[in-house]
Amino acid sequence: MAVKKKTSWSNAVFKILKENNIKQIAYVPDAGHTSLIQKAIEDNIVNPVSLTSEQEGIAVLSGAWLGGDAGALLLQSSGVGNIINMLGMVNECRFPLLMLVTMRGEWGEFNPWQVPMGQATQVVLEASGVIVHRAEEPQDIAETVEAAAKLAFEGGRMVAVLIGQRVVGFKDWAK
Amino acid sequence: MTQKLKFSLQRRQVVHQILENRGDAAVVTGIGNAVHDVASANDDAKNMYLAGVMGGACMVAFGIALAQPGRRILVITGDGELLAGIGSLATIGVEQPKNLSIIVIDNQAYGATGNQHTHTGRGVDLVGIAKASNFKNTALITNKKELQAQIPNIYQKPGPYFAVVKVVSKSSPRINAPKDGTYVSRRFRSAVAGEGA
Amino acid sequence: MVGKRQNKSHWSVGVHKLFKEIGIKQIAYVPDGGLAQLIKRCQADRSIRSVVLTTEEEGVAQMAGAWLGGQRGALLTQSGGVGNCINMLSMIQECRIPLLSLVSMRGEWGETFPWQVPMGQSTVPALEAANVIVHHVSEAEKVLETVHAAAKLAFDANRAVSVIISQRISDSGRKG
Repeated sequence: MAVKKKTSWSNAVFKILKENNIKQIAYVPDAGHTSLIQKAIEDNIVNPVSLTSEQEGIAVLSGAWLGGDAGALLLQSSGVGNIINMLGMVNECRFPLLMLVTMRGEWGEFNPWQVPMGQATQVVLEASGVIVHRAEEPQDIAETVEAAAKLAFEGGRMVAVLIGQRVVGFKDWAK
Repeated sequence: MTQKLKFSLQRRQVVHQILENRGDAAVVTGIGNAVHDVASANDDAKNMYLAGVMGGACMVAFGIALAQPGRRILVITGDGELLAGIGSLATIGVEQPKNLSIIVIDNQAYGATGNQHTHTGRGVDLVGIAKASNFKNTALITNKKELQAQIPNIYQKPGPYFAVVKVVSKSSPRINAPKDGTYVSRRFRSAVAGEGA
Repeated sequence: MVGKRQNKSHWSVGVHKLFKEIGIKQIAYVPDGGLAQLIKRCQADRSIRSVVLTTEEEGVAQMAGAWLGGQRGALLTQSGGVGNCINMLSMIQECRIPLLSLVSMRGEWGETFPWQVPMGQSTVPALEAANVIVHHVSEAEKVLETVHAAAKLAFDANRAVSVIISQRISDSGRKG
């Protein structure tokens, strides 16, 4: 089974990001975010930033806010394990932060190596002071991102939307 | 912004050729295609497949290299994986393990997630970073002849050795490589360090 | 400054001796004031390979490699560095590799630098979320027995174990 239905929700999510004046989208490529990343690359206003490690994205978005821009970080759940120390800055300075996390290591996962980090994702985010919203149905994602963007940029908080593996789908190890 | 250079080497053939006469060398793979490339050559007990922990392959291999000074340790990984742990090259450059060789199968893309560009096709020179990190022997491999010439060096040149093999961006078919970490790690340790270790 | 404070009664003397007794051959660290004396003793010991890292996650990977190659090692880190290790710790969990780490705390007892507080306060929850067993120690005379117990649990029972050394007794805790 391949990645499914990502175009439908990514259109709506990208529209929400634009409405919230997002100017920088930082990402480490992930299959679940493919369509959203493509939209960011094609958009004339949004500046797409491809990262080697997710922690760079936390620093980039802190800089975006310091410079007067709003931004969003797109990452996979395993990448959450790379940002915990860098989140200390966001927490200490109370920067707004919006993250969209595609989950692995949960619904129908085929790769055992993804499970430890997938199961720890929400706990470590919350331990770092990040408010976590979950979206488990495709039709809920845009609405959840919209709420998260408000909480982040108007409420001045770190907010992560975890997009369930049930939504992004799973594939097989040997295919 | 991206380089338009076309490469002809096929990643799976490259990996198979490198491993053809590996002797007692141990191999650590990075996440993604490298797991399947190495496992499809021969599912050797001295292969440690990392099907996770992006950015960890070089330092896992370094730890093994310290523990097994008499044995050549190979990293076979992708450009995206290497970039995620790029600081490792500086650490290894300081430590100078003589028995460690890092081979980057560079398709200039994140092959497992939809072939998005990595930095290596956009002006970032990994061989240059390795050289500047004090790797004593380095190579950029872009064709069969260069590959042929470098294969003995991978096993014989004093490490830390570093090579980038530029390959076509197309992924190879996935195979049913062992993915249970407890299984592959214990099988590896018994084969490399002995049953009593 | 470290040299001045070095003395034979410091807990690092016993811990270094223990490292030798249990066969620790590799230590990995990002330089840290809190563990400065232990690091210095290990550096001076030719039977232990001391590796300086650019980031702590390299050390988790190196320790996994040490075990795969048949050696024992220990990771020495400050609490801030724990936040750099969380994804790499998934290898330790997936492969059930023993891991001994000593974590010197910042952002807790008497901290005067606000930027250390967020990570200091999330160190233990993050470790526990990554399935690492945590032993706390906040009295100097109990460090050795705690590290000893942690090493047993790590190497004999194949677990990831962190000894959390309070800022109350770490070298950084005594900074003015």
